[in-house]
Amino acid sequence: MTTQQIAQLLIEGNPASPTPAFSVRCTGPWTVQGIGPLEQQLETQIWPAATDLIIDASDISALDTTGAWLLHRTVRALEQLGKNIRIDGLRPEFSILLNLIATRTAHAKYLPPPKAGVLDRIGRRAWNRMGYLFNMLAFAGEAAVVLLRSLMRPHRLRWRPILHNLQTSGVEAMPITGLLSFLMGVVIAYQGADQLQRFGANIFIVDLVGLAMLRELSPLLTAIIIAGRSGSAYAAQIGTMKITEEIDALRTVGVGPHELLVLPKMLALIIALPLLTVFADVAGIFGGMVMASSRLDVSFDVFLNRLGDAVSLSSFLVGIVKAPVFAAIIALTGCYQGFQVSDSTDSVGRQTTVSVVQSIFVVILADALFSIVFNWLNL
Amino acid sequence: MEALKNTQAIIDVRELHTRYGAAVVHQNVSLTVRRGEIFALVGGSGCGKSTLLRAIIMLVRPVSGSIKVFGQEIIGLSDEDALPLRRRYGVMFERGALFSSLTVAENVGMVLREHTQLSPRLIDEAAALKIALAGLPADAGAKYPSELSGGMRKRAALARALALDPELLFLDEPTAGLDPLSASGIDELVQNLRDALGLTIMMVTHDLDLLWHVADRVAVLDGGHILGVGSMIELSQSEHPLIREYFYGPRGRAAREQPWKKK
Repeated sequence: MTTQQIAQLLIEGNPASPTPAFSVRCTGPWTVQGIGPLEQQLETQIWPAATDLIIDASDISALDTTGAWLLHRTVRALEQLGKNIRIDGLRPEFSILLNLIATRTAHAKYLPPPKAGVLDRIGRRAWNRMGYLFNMLAFAGEAAVVLLRSLMRPHRLRWRPILHNLQTSGVEAMPITGLLSFLMGVVIAYQGADQLQRFGANIFIVDLVGLAMLRELSPLLTAIIIAGRSGSAYAAQIGTMKITEEIDALRTVGVGPHELLVLPKMLALIIALPLLTVFADVAGIFGGMVMASSRLDVSFDVFLNRLGDAVSLSSFLVGIVKAPVFAAIIALTGCYQGFQVSDSTDSVGRQTTVSVVQSIFVVILADALFSIVFNWLNL
Repeated sequence: MEALKNTQAIIDVRELHTRYGAAVVHQNVSLTVRRGEIFALVGGSGCGKSTLLRAIIMLVRPVSGSIKVFGQEIIGLSDEDALPLRRRYGVMFERGALFSSLTVAENVGMVLREHTQLSPRLIDEAAALKIALAGLPADAGAKYPSELSGGMRKRAALARALALDPELLFLDEPTAGLDPLSASGIDELVQNLRDALGLTIMMVTHDLDLLWHVADRVAVLDGGHILGVGSMIELSQSEHPLIREYFYGPRGRAAREQPWKKK
């Protein structure tokens, strides 16, 4: 037994001479751990010019499949150069292995799939994007049809998952929504305080905070929080269910995935998001109030008295009306991306990311459209 | 030399106790797996076979006892110290556990890339070789696990388990969920691998055909205890009622009569 740690192939004597004054000796462990340096050596190996070669393998201390493959590959390459190779002294168990490798490699050719050209890839991508658009529309359409069908027969609605979703996407989101909205109110009041004080218009802090929060910020802020919190969860849940074939199982037992998974989420969010928005309104205005009383000497009493005059009912409603639309966008995008998951765990992560990015994008886009429409209607 | 080889214990489990929370899984389990043998763990569902396997491959930490693999105590071993041992293991999980975002060839090659200094070309060739050894067609290498049938996925998982040329191979339910033809293909494969590569194989299985055809020794587990260890012939003569029930149920008998035709 040698204590040699790496495999070696030694050519002794003068390799350039045609006479058999040299020998090819293989030593050491020809194993996956030991053949690293040897493989590099073989790449540039200069072989003797003689046509008949004898490889002395009696000093190979260990041989595994990868080592046997390297030996086999080397021998085959030499044979293709027109040499006759004989392997001497290989231990019987190693010969069995080498023979096994030789017989198995007849069909062990690994062909990587051909790489597509640039134009090909661009074309495919564009085509896929088009497909996404149509799929998304089809998905929204299907959801609408299922929604209408369910609303015509309300007793068939699945109240249990709806209530469950109300709990997880609505009630459980209250602390974070409230906190962030409160901070947003504080920030707005803080930023406004300096400017207003300069003109002695302290009381207008109420208009600033009230209108900004109610009309614009709290619906948008709530929608963005929910898109990150629940939209991603929808995508991940449905995506994982797709991988574990649970979606297929639902179909086979005659339950539409839309009815069980999409509709309850969408309905629950359509109920929850306006409520959360009202909650965010309250928290945001409270934040503004706290700031106003500490920085501008506008007490809570004065603030609340002014609020009724400063903010009309329509301003409040403008904010609330947007919420159900945002809810539908978030639920549909999240669920749609969940269904887009293919069979790898990678794609769960990818589609979850896409769902959040897309729903926030579409929510802000929709908000801009609302602004234009409301402006047009003089609201 | 040969005699010494055969008695050398590769896995030596002594007085093992394991628990999941309050549920006791093993009580005082001891067994030995010798070099070059195919050792099978059998027993009813939930008797702790898979947990024992997971304890030996260092995924579950036992409460007390000792597990020696290649003569080294593995309980309490840090991840760093366990690495050289883990390189000598190959594990095939029950449901394959192939990385779904990689192709089969990449699944196999990944292990080699991680632990050896071989060139990318040799790694690709070695991966193709392992895939062929596991009995898969060459074009399977470029496929993703989701594109394979159940039987092919098992073979792909086996190819990955063989990637580092392990001395010790663990198979968790190698034939579960396969059609009889694929299952007997696995039977043959396991035996060929042992004969050609000199592997020691430990497997968990319910498959009586596999037990009769390839297992050298079998341990029967029940309720956290080992009821008996021995060759299938020895076990089939056992007086223990549970063992008799296991091997002489209607399925057991059918499987037992077959091997005599084959062997």
